[in-house]
Amino acid sequence: MNLDSKIPEGPLAEKWEKHKFNVKLVNPANKRKYDVIIVGTGLAGASAAASLAELGYNVKAFTYHDSPRRAHSIAAQGGINAAKNYQNDGDSVFRLFYDTIKGGDYRSREANVYRLAQVSVNIIDQCVAQGVPFAREYGGLLANRSFGGAQVSRTFYARGQTGQQLLLGAYSALSRQIAYGKVKMYTRSEMLELVVVDGKARGIVTRNLITGEIETHAAHAVVLATGGYGNVFYLSTNAKYCNVTAPWRAHKKGAYFANPCFTQIHPTCIPVSGDYQSKLTLMSESLRNDGRVWVPKTKEMAERLRGGQIRVADIPEEERDYFLERKYPSFGNLVPRDVASRNAKQACDEGRGVGSTGLAVYLDFADAIKREGVDKVSQKYGNLFAMYEKITAENPYELPMRIYPAVHYTMGGLWVDYNLMTSIPGLYATGECNFSDHGANRLGASALMQGLADGYFVIPYTIGDYLAQMPPTPVTTQHAAFKEAEEAVHARTQKLLSIKGTRTPNEFHKALGHIMWDHCGMSRNAEGLQFAKQEIQKLRREFWSDLKLTGTNEELNQMLEIAGRVADFLELGELMVDDALNREESCGGHFREEYQTPENEALRDDENFAYVAAWEWTGDNQPETLHKEELQFENVKLTQRSYK
Amino acid sequence: MAGNNPNAKPMNLTLKVWRQRNRNSEGKIVEYQVKDISPEMSFLEMLDVLNEDLLLKGDEPVAFDHDCREGICGSCDLFINGRAHGPEKGTTTCQLHMRKFSDGDTITIEPWRANAFPVNRDLSVDRSAFDRIIQAGGYISVNTGGVPDGNEIPIPKNIADKAFEAATCISCGACVAACKNASAMLFVSAKISQLALLPQGQVERKTRVENMVAQMDKEGFGACTNIGQCAAECPVGISLENIALMNREFISAKATSDNLA
Repeated sequence: MNLDSKIPEGPLAEKWEKHKFNVKLVNPANKRKYDVIIVGTGLAGASAAASLAELGYNVKAFTYHDSPRRAHSIAAQGGINAAKNYQNDGDSVFRLFYDTIKGGDYRSREANVYRLAQVSVNIIDQCVAQGVPFAREYGGLLANRSFGGAQVSRTFYARGQTGQQLLLGAYSALSRQIAYGKVKMYTRSEMLELVVVDGKARGIVTRNLITGEIETHAAHAVVLATGGYGNVFYLSTNAKYCNVTAPWRAHKKGAYFANPCFTQIHPTCIPVSGDYQSKLTLMSESLRNDGRVWVPKTKEMAERLRGGQIRVADIPEEERDYFLERKYPSFGNLVPRDVASRNAKQACDEGRGVGSTGLAVYLDFADAIKREGVDKVSQKYGNLFAMYEKITAENPYELPMRIYPAVHYTMGGLWVDYNLMTSIPGLYATGECNFSDHGANRLGASALMQGLADGYFVIPYTIGDYLAQMPPTPVTTQHAAFKEAEEAVHARTQKLLSIKGTRTPNEFHKALGHIMWDHCGMSRNAEGLQFAKQEIQKLRREFWSDLKLTGTNEELNQMLEIAGRVADFLELGELMVDDALNREESCGGHFREEYQTPENEALRDDENFAYVAAWEWTGDNQPETLHKEELQFENVKLTQRSYK
Repeated sequence: MAGNNPNAKPMNLTLKVWRQRNRNSEGKIVEYQVKDISPEMSFLEMLDVLNEDLLLKGDEPVAFDHDCREGICGSCDLFINGRAHGPEKGTTTCQLHMRKFSDGDTITIEPWRANAFPVNRDLSVDRSAFDRIIQAGGYISVNTGGVPDGNEIPIPKNIADKAFEAATCISCGACVAACKNASAMLFVSAKISQLALLPQGQVERKTRVENMVAQMDKEGFGACTNIGQCAAECPVGISLENIALMNREFISAKATSDNLA
């Protein structure tokens, strides 16, 4: 299959307007004759479900949570970008576009990113109208802050819980449509298979997590808004349930998976404290606006600190290395996430890390407190400081925070064209689930923007174009493909339950996480990746011969749920390794040790790798086929990112 | 690994856990021992340890609700030693750490207890009643598109801040679990307040409170007798003031109802 990105002709700034005019429309009276399935109710799913229902389509929405409001979008803290230029500081649609392309290290599509920047302004208006309580100035207008390396203040926020407030806005719109009967909501339902009829996505198979019942659902189109796959690393800042199963099932039915190795490591997370650790907690990188990152200048000093012979306060100013300020004088502590993360790892690799494990650097607020006072600092970061203290039992007003990078976001995902359609006709992917807008590295406060852009302002136009091309006749689950998919789900569940081995699903997941973090994490090299590939294959064989589960399918069985998700992670992990091996360059969050500048910065190879790597499933334990979508840059000049 | 505090000693604990196969079966308290629990663990990580042990022994692990483990998704919902989310004030179960307990402690763990929250299994409960209350009116009726510019609706900062405070509710249901009447007034009032305070919420102000309160009653939540346990146990500090505001909104709406039918 030829990868056609369907990018509209014409100047960048006019593409979306023109495209909206050129797409086919569904007659308003016919919209109610089309059914759309939406899987996932985070920002991308809830906004799409509400908006499509408002237009008149019949929507069936699915979530494995007990309520659509619990999706992991809720945990986003920092904010949402929009090119409003309310601050009169030189922001514009083009600047947000440019920053996003550059921040993504030139591995995303110009047209998609420009559209994202364009609709960003509508998102804020929509959320305000819904009653989202954004932060405001004393004059009553919306407040902004500068965030994650941006040199303009374009980030809108709701204290430290922007994600929750935006999701509650989308959830309220969704709830209204549920009440109207335009959305049928299925909670505690996990999608376990995609149904493809005559080459088109026609439905899904789900498992009711309470009763174990396997159900089939038909629709004219299916939208996956199921989030990212960061939990392939076991430890990540994702919620525990986050998984790759829905997109992976679609991948195995023909949807290409793009740039799987592009994962984002977030620099400001609370360090690991022990083997029992079940997840990592992120603290908003807005902390880097006022916190200063440092480690002791010498290994000896760091050793004494870790050994408890000296305390932080005993380290004089001249013995502290504020390494980000030193190496990047113009951006300082606000360098992009990948740069901040890699430098923290480097400091720890040099033996200068702090905390009992040595895998942490300091984030110090002493100067900010001296400059602005405790009250002001607490107003900005109070909830984050409280969270930190709850977890670590240390008071960040008195002691510098200890932070370490953790897996946070996955830029890769299902390949989609400009319409957000995957390589399976009728199957769409929105939000973190797709690969489209963030290239090799996502900027802070851009995930919320993309999820809502896709759901509120892109899919309502583009899905109509597809639906208008098919007759508004009812779809049913009568086709044999539904029966087949349903039987496949039953067989797989029974297989998992019948292994009766000795190791728990979590043990396999942790083992996979170690392999991925050590060899396909913050930095990668060919040798390590080759090793990881073999280890994953071995672990996968062990999984299918030594997995231990109890209970049955016909009940709430949380270990069975985990086992199914881990099985898919064990396949995805290998594809990530293959993708990282294939990409013989460093870009954004993908750092191949073999390809770096003399100053240890990522060294891109635009001549050979300015493409999207889209992988096609070819069968169990078979190498996947690589398809390349060449990226065309007509409006920005490719430069080496420099934050010096 | 000792984590942040090299002096932290591992603990042995006795757990008394509510086990119930499904909604229709009888439940009972079952006792378990867990060993070598690090004080640095979260409460849910301690339950993970128990569940790994149970599974390896061929027993069925304890079902419990959780997800983000950052205190924001509102999934976790344990009644620990007779208190919603356990002994630490202003804390969800997932953010409760074992350093709040001592070696040799016996810890009783139950699900939320309320008729409107039936048990799915063990410690997991069904809180869909909350969703249905929101569906009855917990929104501003705007469609996507066609809305004014964000800055065309200026809102005084103190009002915006107050609305935000009410909006921080995470719908965990601790207020219901803590209340001897299993009343949902704090949850419902938080949403009513948020939208009643904001200019965007004015148009539907009266119908909203009428419809949401009617749905709340229909779901079988108890009445409010002004004890205030809900606010005392709320992990995100939703204020009792919201209930007062909701009562005022309700009476005022009933007296001048927009329901013309």
